[in-house]
Amino acid sequence: MRTLFKTSYDTDINLFRDWSQARWYLALLIILVVLPFFLDIFWLGEMTNVLIWAIAGMGIMMLVGQTGQASLGHAAFLAVGCYANVLLQERLGLPFILSFPLCGLIAGLAGVLLAIPTTKLHGIYLAIGTLAISILMDDLIVVAAPLTNGVIGLMTPSITIFGISFDRYAELDRFYWLVLVITLLVVLAYRNILRSPLGRAFAAVRDSEVSAQAMGVNVARTKAVAFGISTAITGLAGALIGYFLTTFNNETFNIIISIQMLLMIVIGGLGTIHGAFFGAIVIALLPQAIAMGRDFIGNLTGGGSVAIPGLESALFGMILIVFILFEPMGIYGRWVKIRTYFELFPFARRDMFRRQRSYLKTERMR
Amino acid sequence: MSLLEVENVTLRFGGVVAVNKVSFSVEEGEVFALVGPNGAGKSTLFNLISRFYDPVEGDIRFQGKSILDRPSHEMARLGIARTFQNIELFEQATVLQNLLVGRHRHRQSRLWNEVLFTPFVRNEERRHREAVEKVIDFLDLQVYRDKYIAGLPYGVRKVVEMGRALAIEPKLLLLDEPASGLSVEETQDVAFWVEDIKKEMGVTVIMVEHDMHLVSAVSDRVLALADGKALALGTPHEVQNHPKVIEAYIGVADPAEKVVA
Repeated sequence: MRTLFKTSYDTDINLFRDWSQARWYLALLIILVVLPFFLDIFWLGEMTNVLIWAIAGMGIMMLVGQTGQASLGHAAFLAVGCYANVLLQERLGLPFILSFPLCGLIAGLAGVLLAIPTTKLHGIYLAIGTLAISILMDDLIVVAAPLTNGVIGLMTPSITIFGISFDRYAELDRFYWLVLVITLLVVLAYRNILRSPLGRAFAAVRDSEVSAQAMGVNVARTKAVAFGISTAITGLAGALIGYFLTTFNNETFNIIISIQMLLMIVIGGLGTIHGAFFGAIVIALLPQAIAMGRDFIGNLTGGGSVAIPGLESALFGMILIVFILFEPMGIYGRWVKIRTYFELFPFARRDMFRRQRSYLKTERMR
Repeated sequence: MSLLEVENVTLRFGGVVAVNKVSFSVEEGEVFALVGPNGAGKSTLFNLISRFYDPVEGDIRFQGKSILDRPSHEMARLGIARTFQNIELFEQATVLQNLLVGRHRHRQSRLWNEVLFTPFVRNEERRHREAVEKVIDFLDLQVYRDKYIAGLPYGVRKVVEMGRALAIEPKLLLLDEPASGLSVEETQDVAFWVEDIKKEMGVTVIMVEHDMHLVSAVSDRVLALADGKALALGTPHEVQNHPKVIEAYIGVADPAEKVVA
């Protein structure tokens, strides 16, 4: 067991707790960087998919995990980001290096616009309100067919930055590295927000709106900012999903994706960056795991592969139920428990993480 | 000029008159207590001063200016801090983070430099931390600095909430039952702290409290309320022996029987 002796306020401000923690993340980073040399095309594609979903996960995490505002409409902002990115390139002829940040900005502005009518809503009402956005976006894409090509959909052009091609198929390793860099930048920005006054204002709004207000936090504006940052990150992820799939239409970002995004961060662990990554691993790799399991069982029984429709959704639902019942803090919560067990070995106790009943809250005003 | 003037304030909830034409003023540097039986309108007055409720008539002035045209989240910037009767802390955050939220009104950084975490933001963070550490030292919260609120006992939470209000560096501190649910020793601590807040920090305190020992020990003036109406205003001793106050608490005013408090 190690004890950290803090000698400066900066220990609590820095990105990493100490050198030993920084070393672990450095090791992880090196593994991620050299991954294209060891993985075949298929698994490298899957890894890219995981990273993209992790960005999307961080997007919705900022709103749901950090600010405590439920959203069932985030697929709409994947769509906004994806369409904005492609249209900026095709219609305005902007290069990727400009269209990509701009599509995040557009998705962010769309989020702020959505926040204005919805910040007064709470809990289930907010969930339903945002759910409507997700449904509306589907129709909106069809209605705006002259721009979006409706149900036929659009194709993403290949990425070229300063003459270097990052094509999703021809140069998958470069595309992977590009996604990795974007992921790292988002993680850095996310961490920076969390360790600054804004991140604390988010947590304040999440845990008690009344006292956030009494502390001088403008609750409505803070929620709007949270919506904006969240949807901006989601928009970036949407653009990358567009590149990953190469074609997309109104069905690509449907309501199921919205729900999946929310489930993803719950399974991963609400309120942590780790949670977004763990959830992304589950959501991106589950279809592959199912396919492999199906082949395995097919081989065992001697028959061909068995196809069970809806298996993926059913398994996903089952995993969610198991987590809500046995590990509400998600995969990250389990990870922290296992880590603590080894850190304190042999002094870890079973009830160390038992949650205390919370005390009565004052009646909410207004 | 008084620091806070409450003038003829009335608030109704449907047919219930929660606060009925209450007027008082609080001078700078004093400890002012609000007492009264349950439902007298004490906490409602707090919610009026912190702008959670709008009065139907009357005016509330802070440093000579009416605050009725300002939203509640601006009260902290004006220098009005408060605690809550039932504790409203940020449960999924550490004590340190809770206190740092109190520094929100001193936030100088903007979204763009926070995202980049520029050296300016880092310096600001250090400055906030220093201010918060002073509060931690003042309230002896060092042991709990990195503990999550969700795991803390009630008494500590009460103190943390007071600390969070102090981190605002207020001119006026509203304490809503700071000693309710505390042990005798903890209540004594609160008495000393209120004394120090007034004398060392120069902060004016308005306090709602049922514990008359605490009230008479620390407060300069007391306002007794019952059924939304002001009954008596004066020193703790005067108010405790005021016939109307005795009537409100005991029910009958018999001059032959002196109530010993």
